[in-house]
Amino acid sequence: MLAYTVKRLVLAVPVLLGLTVIVFLIMAMIPGDPATAILGSYATPENVERLNRQLGLDRSLVEQYFVWLGNLLQGDFGRSYNLNRPVIDEVLERFSATLILAGASLLLCSIFGLIAGVVSAVRQYGWTDKIVTFFVLVGISVPSFWLGLLLVLAFAVTWRLFPASGMFAIYGGGDLPDLLHHLVLPAITLAVVATGVIARLTRAAMLEVLRQDYIRTARAKGVSERRVIYRHAFKAALVNVIPVIGVQAGFVLGGAVYIETVFQWPGIGRMLVTAISTRDLLLVQGGVLVVAASYVLFNLLTDLLQHLVDPRLRS
Amino acid sequence: MTAAATATAPAAKAGSGRPSPLKLFLRNQLAAFGAGLLLVIILLVILTPFLPLQDPAATDPANRLLRPLAEGHLLGSDHLGRDILSRLLWGTGVSLLVGLSATSVAALFGSSIGILAGYFGGRADTLLMRGIDMLMAFPYILLALAIVAALGPGLLNALFAIAIVNIPFFARNIRGVTLGLAKREFIDAARLSGKSDLSILLTEVLPNVLPVIVITVSTTVGWMILETAGLSFLGLGAQPPDADLGSMLGEGRKLLITAPHVSVIPGVMIFLVVMSINLLGDGIRDLLDPRLKSGALARPAPMTEVDRPSAQTAPSAQAVAAMSAKQGSVLAVHDLETQFRIGSDVYKAVNRVSFDIRPNECLGLVGESGSGKSVTALSLLGLVATPPGRIVGGQVLLQGRDLLGLDAAGLRAVRGDGVAYIFQDPLTTLHPLFTIGDQIAEAIRSHKPVSYREAWASAVKLLDAVRIPNAAGRASAYPHELSGGMRQRVSIAMSLANDPELLIADEPTTALDVTVQAQVLKLLDQLRDDTDASLLFITHDFGVVSEVCHRVAVMYAGRIVEIGPTEEVLSAPAHPYTERLIACVPRLGEPGRRLEAIPGLPPAVNKLPPGCAFAERCPHAEDACRQGEIDLDAVNDAHQVRCIKPRNGQGGGAA
Amino acid sequence: MSALMEIQDVTRRFGGGRTLLGRPKPAVHAVQGVSFEVRQGETLGIVGESGCGKSTLAKLLVGLQRPTEGEVSLGGALLHDPAVFDRRALAKRVQYVFQDPLSSLNPRKTIRQILEAPLIHLLQMPAAARQDKLMEIMEAVRLRPEFLERYPHEFSGGQAQRIGIARALAAEPEVLVLDEPVSALDVSVQAQVLNLLDQLKADFDLTYIFISHDLAVVESVSDRVLVMYFGRVVEEGTAGELFRRPLHPYTRLLLSSAPVPGRKGIGAEARIAELPDPLAPPPGCAFAARCPHASDLCRETLPVLEREGESAYACHHPRKGEPWPPANVEAAGD
Repeated sequence: MLAYTVKRLVLAVPVLLGLTVIVFLIMAMIPGDPATAILGSYATPENVERLNRQLGLDRSLVEQYFVWLGNLLQGDFGRSYNLNRPVIDEVLERFSATLILAGASLLLCSIFGLIAGVVSAVRQYGWTDKIVTFFVLVGISVPSFWLGLLLVLAFAVTWRLFPASGMFAIYGGGDLPDLLHHLVLPAITLAVVATGVIARLTRAAMLEVLRQDYIRTARAKGVSERRVIYRHAFKAALVNVIPVIGVQAGFVLGGAVYIETVFQWPGIGRMLVTAISTRDLLLVQGGVLVVAASYVLFNLLTDLLQHLVDPRLRS
Repeated sequence: MTAAATATAPAAKAGSGRPSPLKLFLRNQLAAFGAGLLLVIILLVILTPFLPLQDPAATDPANRLLRPLAEGHLLGSDHLGRDILSRLLWGTGVSLLVGLSATSVAALFGSSIGILAGYFGGRADTLLMRGIDMLMAFPYILLALAIVAALGPGLLNALFAIAIVNIPFFARNIRGVTLGLAKREFIDAARLSGKSDLSILLTEVLPNVLPVIVITVSTTVGWMILETAGLSFLGLGAQPPDADLGSMLGEGRKLLITAPHVSVIPGVMIFLVVMSINLLGDGIRDLLDPRLKSGALARPAPMTEVDRPSAQTAPSAQAVAAMSAKQGSVLAVHDLETQFRIGSDVYKAVNRVSFDIRPNECLGLVGESGSGKSVTALSLLGLVATPPGRIVGGQVLLQGRDLLGLDAAGLRAVRGDGVAYIFQDPLTTLHPLFTIGDQIAEAIRSHKPVSYREAWASAVKLLDAVRIPNAAGRASAYPHELSGGMRQRVSIAMSLANDPELLIADEPTTALDVTVQAQVLKLLDQLRDDTDASLLFITHDFGVVSEVCHRVAVMYAGRIVEIGPTEEVLSAPAHPYTERLIACVPRLGEPGRRLEAIPGLPPAVNKLPPGCAFAERCPHAEDACRQGEIDLDAVNDAHQVRCIKPRNGQGGGAA
Repeated sequence: MSALMEIQDVTRRFGGGRTLLGRPKPAVHAVQGVSFEVRQGETLGIVGESGCGKSTLAKLLVGLQRPTEGEVSLGGALLHDPAVFDRRALAKRVQYVFQDPLSSLNPRKTIRQILEAPLIHLLQMPAAARQDKLMEIMEAVRLRPEFLERYPHEFSGGQAQRIGIARALAAEPEVLVLDEPVSALDVSVQAQVLNLLDQLKADFDLTYIFISHDLAVVESVSDRVLVMYFGRVVEEGTAGELFRRPLHPYTRLLLSSAPVPGRKGIGAEARIAELPDPLAPPPGCAFAARCPHASDLCRETLPVLEREGESAYACHHPRKGEPWPPANVEAAGD
C-alpha cells in the first residue's frame, strides 16, 4: 500500500506539470498585448513596458514557460494589480473558505447520495424508490444558483432561520457555531446536484451488483438478505461509486463558484469571478492552479481508497 | 452456454411478445411527458418571432418591476421596464441554441477522439487519452472559467468553454465502448474480409457506437444548458443587451428581495427545459440500452416467487406427495413447474419435472442449453431470479418437508445447510472483494452460532479437505489470486461447510480444462463417498455423467424425457432423443464413427407443440406423437421414458 | 502430400520492451519456438488446454497477429513479407472461423452485408456476379436464401456458425483456420457443423487447421495432430498414432483425463496442477513439475522436438513401448 501511495504521488507530478502547461497556454491565448490585457487600457506605457520585461515576454514561449514555472515553484505567483498583494496570499486565504464549503458539501452528498441510492435500489419500483427518483430528477435539473436564491428567499428572507450571506456574522461572530450557521444554506445548495448524481449511480450500481452470480452464491449459502445487501452488494457497488464521488468532488469545487456568488461566501470562486471581470489575470491564473492542484491530490486520495476496497487492484 | 445465461434469459431470441420501441417509449410515461413538455417549449421558441410580443430590449422606465399579470405584461417587467415574457421566450431560444451547439461541438470532437483512441490503441491512444486526462484534472467549471477569462466574457466564448470542458466526457465514454468493440471478433472478421481501417471505422465501429453517442448526448444536453446559463449568470456569458436565461437570472438576483419574480421566472424556465430534456434523455437511454430492454436491471427478489394452485399447497396434498415419494429418498421433486414471463410470452422452462434422489446417490441431470436443467436446480431452493421467473406448481420435498411452502426465513435456514450449491464459473460466483476464508466462514456462521475465529479455523480445515495446499495461508487469498480449478475447490469447500444432505452441482467443471476437470470430478466423487451426502449433478456431457453419476435424467425442452441407471441409459437408451444425443457426440478412441447429427433445433419453450417436443426432429415420430400429453412410462423398475415408441435396445448406445 | 504452409521457429511475445526509465517490462511468450508444416488437403488438429497458445498461433497463421520471431510461409512465400502478401492477398488464400459465432458477426449488419464484404473487398466482384455467388455459398452451408436479409441475433448458435463459415468460404481460400469452431455449440448442433465442415472440405478442396480443446472432436476430424503445452508443441503425429500410442506424458495425461460416455475411471493427477508463471517460466520442461517421470534433466534442460518419421515429441523420457490405455480404465457396467 505504501509503495502504491508513493507510486501514485510520483505519477501525480506529470499531471501537475500538465496543469501548468494548460494554464500557461490558456493565458497565452489572450488576444492582443498581454501586458495591456493584464493592466487594463488605462495603464501607462512605462508600466506596460516594465510588465513585459517582468513577464519575460520578449523571450520565446518555451523559455517564458520555464521562467514562469520556476517562479511558481518558489511560491511566486505574481502580484494582483487590483488588490496590490501577492497572488498566493490572496488565493490561499480564499481557498480555505472554499475548502470548508466544498468539504461540507462533499460530506453531505456522499452520505445522502449513498443512502438514497441503496434504499432506492432495495425498494426498486416501491414508493421510496419513486420519491428518491423524483428528487434525483429535480436535483440534477435545477440550476444550483437559482436554488440558492430560492433558499435565501425562503429561509433567510421569509423565515429568517439562516443568514443569507457571508461566512461569519459581522458583529460578535467568528466562532464555530456561527460558521456552521452560515454554512447550512450554501453547503446544502452546493450538495444538491452531486447528491442526485451519486444517488442515481449508487442505485444503478446496486442493481447491477445484485444480479451478479456471487450474490446468488451468498443467497445459496443461506446468508440473510440484510447481509446480502449491506455487506455483499454494497461493498461491491462501492467500488463503482468511489470514482464517481471523486468526479463529483470536481463538480462541487467548480460549482462553488456559483454558490459563493449567490451567498457572498468569501471563497476562491467568487474571487475568480471578480478577478475575471476586472481582468486581474494573474489572480485568475493563481486561483485556477491552486484549485486544480488540490483536486489532483483529492483524486489521488479516492484512488487510494479504491485501492483499499478492491483487492483486485492490489495485485 | 453458461448456467446463468440459461437461468436468467431463457431463449433470448427476438420474441414476438416484446413491444415495439415506440410503444416502449410511450409506455415510459415520464419520458413521454418530458418529450411533450420539450416540444411545447421548442414550439413556443420557434413561434416567438411571430407572436405579438413586445421588443425584448425595449426599455420603459415608467413601468419598471411590474408584478406578473400586470396590464400588458403577462409576466411583469424587469428593472428597466422590459417585458419579461418576451425576454423569457427570446432568452429560452438563445439558451437552447447555445446548449445544443455546445453539445454538438463536444460530441463531435469528443467522440472522434474516443473512437480513434479506442480503435487504434497503442501510442495514439496513450497520447490522446493523456491529453484528455489533463483536461479532466481540472475541476469541471474551473477550466471553463479560465478559458472565458482568457477569451473574454461573451456568449460565444462561453459556448466554446463549455464545449471544450465536456470533450473529455465524450472522449472517455466513447473510447471505452470502442475499445470493447475493437476486441470483438467481428472487427477481426471484417479485416479478414479485406476491409480497410477507414471502412471498418465507418461501417463496423460507428454504427455500434452511435447509440452510445446518442445516449451520451441526450443525457448531457440538459447539463450543458445549465452550465452555459451558469456562466451567463456570473456575467461571463451573454452580454447586455443580449440575454439568455442565465443572464436574466443574474440580473434579477440583485432584486431578489424587492422583486423576486424577475429572477424566479427565468429560473423556473431553466428548470423546466433541463428537466424535460433529462426525462427525454433517460427515456432514450432506456430505449437504446439493450440490458434495460430485457428488464435485466430489475432486482432479483431474495427468493423465487411461488404461485402454486391451492390444491398443491394444502397439507393433505403435501402429505400425499410425501407418501408417494419413494421411501427413504433425500429429495423428492414432484411436478415442478417454473416459468419465465417476458413481455406477453410465457417460457415454460421447467415443465412438470419429477425425480427423487436417494441417500448418498449421485443423480445426473443432462440436457442441452435451454433444456431447463439449470433452472430446475435453481428452483429447488428458490434461487431463480424473480422477475421474470416464477414457480407455478409442484413440490420439492427435502426429507418429506415441502421447501416451496417455506417463507424467506425458513428457506434461508435450508440454503447452505441441508442443501448446498456448487456453481459453474467460480470466478463470477465467488465474491471478488472478500477472502476465500471469510466467504467460507460466513457460510458456517450463517447456520451455526460460532465465533468468527472458530469459523475461520473450520474454513481452513475445509480447504484442507478439498486438498488445497497450504490451506491456512490460502484462506487469506482473494478469488482472483487463485486458478480456476483452485477456485472451484473453494466453492466445493464452501458447499461442504455445514455437512449438507444434498449437494447441487450446476455444471461445476464446464469452465475448467480437461485435466483440472478430471481432478475436480474425482474430488467430488470421493467427497460424496466420504460425507454420505447425495449429489445432484447438472451437466451437458455424457462422459462426465458416466464418470460420477449412478442414475441419470435426460431433459429436453423443460421436461425429463428419460430417467434410469447411468449404464442402462447410456448403453440402451429408450428415448429417441437420448439415443441420438449419444450418437452425435464424438467419442475418444472411436475416430472412425460417423456422427449422426440431429436435424433441426429444439423448440422454443414459449411455443411448445402439443405432444412430444422432440417429434419434429424424431425419425420415428408418427401422428400419435404430436397430440396429447405423453406420460413417463416404466421401461423397468428403475428406468422410465416419456415416449410412446421407446427404443427397446434397437438403437446403439455408448460402450 | 506437399507442404502448403511452413511455420518455422515462430515466437509470439506480448509485452516486453522497456519502460521510460529503461527497466525491462514483463514479457509473456504466448507461443515459443514453434515449427510445423501444414500439408495440402489435410486437416491438422491443434489441441491443448487454456493458456497453451493455440489461439495466438491460429491468429499468427491468418495475419491477425505478427510473429515476434520466426517465419510463416505459404506456398513458399513469406507471409509477413509485404511485397508478396498484403493483408488482402493473404486473406484471399487463408481464412478464419471464429469460436464465438455471434460475437464474430456485426449485430447491425444483415447477413447479406456480412457475406458480401469479402466478395467486394477481396474478389472485386461486380454486383450481378455477387448475387449468384451468395446463393451458391448459402446453399453450400445449407442455409435458406431468405436468411440473407436477416440480422445475426435472429439466428441460433449453429446457424450463426454456418454464416461464419460461409463468410470464410466467400473469399475462396485454400486454407481455413478453425479456432474452436464448435466449442460454443450444443452437442446436437456440434455434430451438424462438424459434418458440414467435412462435406465442404471435400467440395472445395480445402486444407483445415482445426484448433480445439476437445480431444474427441480433434481425433474425429484430424489427419495429423499437434499437442501444445505452455506455448510450445510437445508432441506431433498422425491422429491414429498419437491417440493410440501417445509418447509425451502430457499427451497421456490429457487423454486419460477426458471422460468418455459409457466408460468410468478417468485418470487424474494426485497433486493440484498449475501452469508455471508465464512471467517467470522454468528453465527446463514446463511440464516437469506435473510429470510423474520428471528427472533433474527435465527441470534444467529444455527438451527439443525430436522427429521420428511422422511423429515428434519434446520430452527427455518419452513413453515408448508403454501400454496404452493404462489398465485402470474400466467399461461401464463392470
